[in-house]
Amino acid sequence: MRVMGAETEYGIHAPSAPGANATMMSARIIQAYATVTRQRAAGGAETRWDYTDEEPLHDARGWTLERSAADPSQLTDQPPVLDAEAVALAYGRQELELDGGDESGSLLMNMVLGNGARLYVDHAHPEYSSPEVTNPRDAVIWDAAGDLVALATVRKVAADASLPPINLYKNNTDNKAVSYGSHENYLMPRSVPFGDIIRGLTPFFVSRQIVCGAGRVGLGQDSSMAGYQISQRADFFEAEVGLETTIRRPIINTRDEPHATADKYRRLHVIIGDANLSQASNFLKFGTTAMVLSLVEAKLAPPIEVHEPVHALQAISHDTTLTATVRLMDGRRVTALDLQWMYYEAAAKLAQETGVSDPLTGDGHTHEVLAQWESTLTGLGNDVDSVASSVEWVAKKSLLEGYRNRDGLAWDDARLGLVDLQWSDIRPEKGLYYRLLARERMQRIVDDGDIARAVGEPPSDTRAYFRGRCVSRFGKDVAGASWDSVIFDVPGLGKLQRVPTREPLRGTKALTGALFDRHQEAATFLAELLGQEPPPPRNSGAPAT
Amino acid sequence: MAAQEQQQPQSRESETDVDVPEAPPAAPEAQASDATQGVDDLLDEIDGVLESNAEEFVRAFVQKGGQ
Repeated sequence: MRVMGAETEYGIHAPSAPGANATMMSARIIQAYATVTRQRAAGGAETRWDYTDEEPLHDARGWTLERSAADPSQLTDQPPVLDAEAVALAYGRQELELDGGDESGSLLMNMVLGNGARLYVDHAHPEYSSPEVTNPRDAVIWDAAGDLVALATVRKVAADASLPPINLYKNNTDNKAVSYGSHENYLMPRSVPFGDIIRGLTPFFVSRQIVCGAGRVGLGQDSSMAGYQISQRADFFEAEVGLETTIRRPIINTRDEPHATADKYRRLHVIIGDANLSQASNFLKFGTTAMVLSLVEAKLAPPIEVHEPVHALQAISHDTTLTATVRLMDGRRVTALDLQWMYYEAAAKLAQETGVSDPLTGDGHTHEVLAQWESTLTGLGNDVDSVASSVEWVAKKSLLEGYRNRDGLAWDDARLGLVDLQWSDIRPEKGLYYRLLARERMQRIVDDGDIARAVGEPPSDTRAYFRGRCVSRFGKDVAGASWDSVIFDVPGLGKLQRVPTREPLRGTKALTGALFDRHQEAATFLAELLGQEPPPPRNSGAPAT
Repeated sequence: MAAQEQQQPQSRESETDVDVPEAPPAAPEAQASDATQGVDDLLDEIDGVLESNAEEFVRAFVQKGGQ
């Protein structure tokens, strides 16, 4: 359908070490995965991130923010520095000296994984950024694979008796005034005017939470009002359009880092979504947004404008009956369901005209997205509780209502707050979403086996294939990687070889699979790839210079 | 206004949950009725999974800001 990807920042908590430094704990998580993958794959699926092409201050509206004017949290093109003092504060000086797990002696903050993903410390959270995929089904698979990566790290930490166990939560707020994101990325042609994106997407983003909100106990950024709302994130948004992602969060984010050929593509960076465990909600989040972007590109988005969209976003989130109305600029008052139906109708019409939704001759995904979207909106309209097995905020609400009914709990009861938090614990024995999934109370969109495979294997139809295979196969000779490059450090070559991967739909299995099959050594692989003479074979005795 | 929006769902949902009829016990494929039939069972299971001392656990979950 479209190149897309997910980013998940996990909530991180060590119950037995409540004061522990969050950046330090996040680094432990990355370190744990490095250890896990070293055990799993000879050569090591551990590669450093290449920051060369990071441009977090480029604004899609056509300018660049001065570094001096940026919030420090916006400077994501520099590796985070974890100084000795922070380490010592978190774990004591003795630990600092003993911490020699990484060969270089420093803590690992960034990895590129064999499945093409990035695992790193983002501010004070571990983040998994999925590899690029081309459809919402794969987006669900490789995002869920990230949850298994996260699970492997907490298991690894838990197995080390010298460390406090660390829990990871796939949620977006601590309910005390802090939020952290789960972002989506969509590839678009650069030629689409950004104003069209803002106009076409805003009413959609204000309303899509009713199908993909994850649900939250508490109202207001600090949960100072009791109640339940549809979205984890809605109360943390304060602007309509902007570059920031950590402060004054905007409904439409303008960060313009294409991570691809810049004059051809833009990467639309979507920050308004909730992290989803529900596969159906996650599937719809990616699938419907991709379809709405096609509407924007075709200049066929519904011609509507929401009055005061930030307020509308929050009003919709706070109304679990779905009867609240928001005002359009033309004076009409509509519900979130009305808005979603408008987008559904327009998207279905365009998909039919272009043929992509044909069950036999279409793109193989749009048909399924439309069917799930339609049945979800119909269910939400008839009886909200009828979609409790698919829509995440309804599933969570249904569990919370069970507690409220059985034990007579008020919305500000700490046990309901705990149910909300523990819903997103990524351990299947503790996470309440996973308890419901085990009882077949949550709809599965994808196979468990596909998710498990995606922990180690990249998608086959994007450049993530090239990146992931390079890391898995030639890990010891890969010095670094990023979304749009893989850097080789091959003994005998004398200098680093940077292979740019600026076309997201190249580097696929179809294009490079045979090349990987032909070469077991990075040197000959690179030589054929770059059309160069291979260097003398390794172990030839000549020292590399 | 927030208070008003907040009350609506509560009254409606508590009614809905109470009114749902019991499903026949031996129909594992009937997911909709299973959803209500197993509620007590499910809550019992989750009681055993929930972290102890809810108030303290929730209070201690303090995050630093993110994106």
